[in-house]
Parts: sequence; C-alpha cells; structure tokens
Amino acid sequence: MNGDDRIHLSYQVEGGDLTRAGEASSGVKQTLRKLGIDPGTIRRVSVCMYEGEINMVIHANGGLAMVDVGLDDITITLTDYGPGIPDIDKAMQAGWSTAADSVRDLGFGAGMGLPNMKKYSDEMKIKSIVGVGTTVTMVVKIPS
Amino acid sequence: MTLNEVRDVLNAEVLTGEELLDAEVHSACGSDLMSDVLAYVHNQSLLLTGLVSPQVVRTAEMMDMCCVIFVRGKRPDASILQLAQDRGLAVLATDKRMYQACGLLYTAGLNE
Repeated sequence: MNGDDRIHLSYQVEGGDLTRAGEASSGVKQTLRKLGIDPGTIRRVSVCMYEGEINMVIHANGGLAMVDVGLDDITITLTDYGPGIPDIDKAMQAGWSTAADSVRDLGFGAGMGLPNMKKYSDEMKIKSIVGVGTTVTMVVKIPS
Repeated sequence: MTLNEVRDVLNAEVLTGEELLDAEVHSACGSDLMSDVLAYVHNQSLLLTGLVSPQVVRTAEMMDMCCVIFVRGKRPDASILQLAQDRGLAVLATDKRMYQACGLLYTAGLNE
C-alpha cells in the first residue's frame, strides 16, 4: 500500500445457513495476514467481523460485508436488509438477546455480540430502520 | 507443555492434527459459550468445550488458538474435523468432564 491507497474487500454473507457463518470472517483474516497486518489488529478485526457476520446470518438472512484496509485503520461495514433494530440502546446491553434457541446451540445468542463488537473496535456506529435494515460500521485503528 | 502432554494428561484421543502435537501451549480456556471466548480470551492457545458446532472451530481460528478439546465424550462430525484440518487446528476428545479436564491441565502446569 502506498500513500492513501486503500484495499477494498467485499463479501456476500449468506443467510439461513448457521453452520457456514464465519466464512467471510475467515477470508478477511487470511487476507489481512497476507497483507502483513499485526496479529493483535487482525484479532480485533476478526472478532468484530465474526460477531457481526453471525448477527447478519441469524437476524437478517445475510447481507454484505465490506472491509476497507488503510495504513492507519481498517473499516468494516456490514449492511443487511433484515428486520432492523427497534431499540439500539437495549440491543447494546450485555445479555440482551432476541436470538432463537437454535442460535444458542451454536454457542451464540447470549447477548454478547454487539457489546463484543464495541469492545474490540475503536469506533462503532449503528444505523437501523425497522423493516428496512441495519448498517453497522466499525473502525479498528492500526497501531503505528 | 506440549499438546502431546495435554493429550496424555487427559487420556484424550487425537481426532485430527497429529502432526501438530509438538506445539507448545501455555494457557487454556474452557467454555461452551463462544461469545464469551471471543470476549475474554487473550492469548490462550487451547479451547476446551462441550459444545459441538462448526462455530467452535471458527471461534478458535479467530482467536489464533491451535487446538480444540471436546470434553464429556462429545465427538464432532466429519465436516467439523475437515474445517479444523483446513485451518491447521488440532482436535482432541476426552471423556473427562469440563471441570475435571481443566483441573487436571491446571495442576499439570497449564496455568498461565
């Protein structure tokens, strides 16, 4: 990467198939490794992306994951056309969940997804319209 | 300790990754809730779990772990083992319960 050049990665996240959730995150992780990003940053991006991907699969029937890699930061944008989040403050509370039991069987659905994403990112924004969809944007800064 | 020693302590069966058992591990984490693993794990290289799901392997991959150990006699199916193999993870299985497995490893020196 030179100057302001950024690398753009884009993944279609399939909805419905809970067993395949995480494939996009795995792809991102492998690409970041090849780019020589430091392991701590890769892990933070991986957790943000993976929790977000799980959310898209279980709540929104999939969506689009875009990862934008720069010299100073990595920005993850997750867009879905799912049911939307009626109360974002409530959704951000650790332990709050609307996930089905089938999701709990996978080891998720305990209401830790959004709190984890906030914990591991430096900035996180959620835009959601009920009945239209949700966009979550997370920025992870790369230490200089 | 090495994964070979971990296997001996737990009297575990190696389901995949036999060639990875010389790897050194210094700490472990035991959980059936993958979101907790993502939230609280830092540099643990070993995941003990009673949850059988591909997401166990995905979670271990995201956290740079090198080995998953299924406790309580749980056995993953072929697709989970294939995923672990593709991601370079060793998978072990033991009949011991979570509490006992963690205690044995801790006592044996896996206590960082």
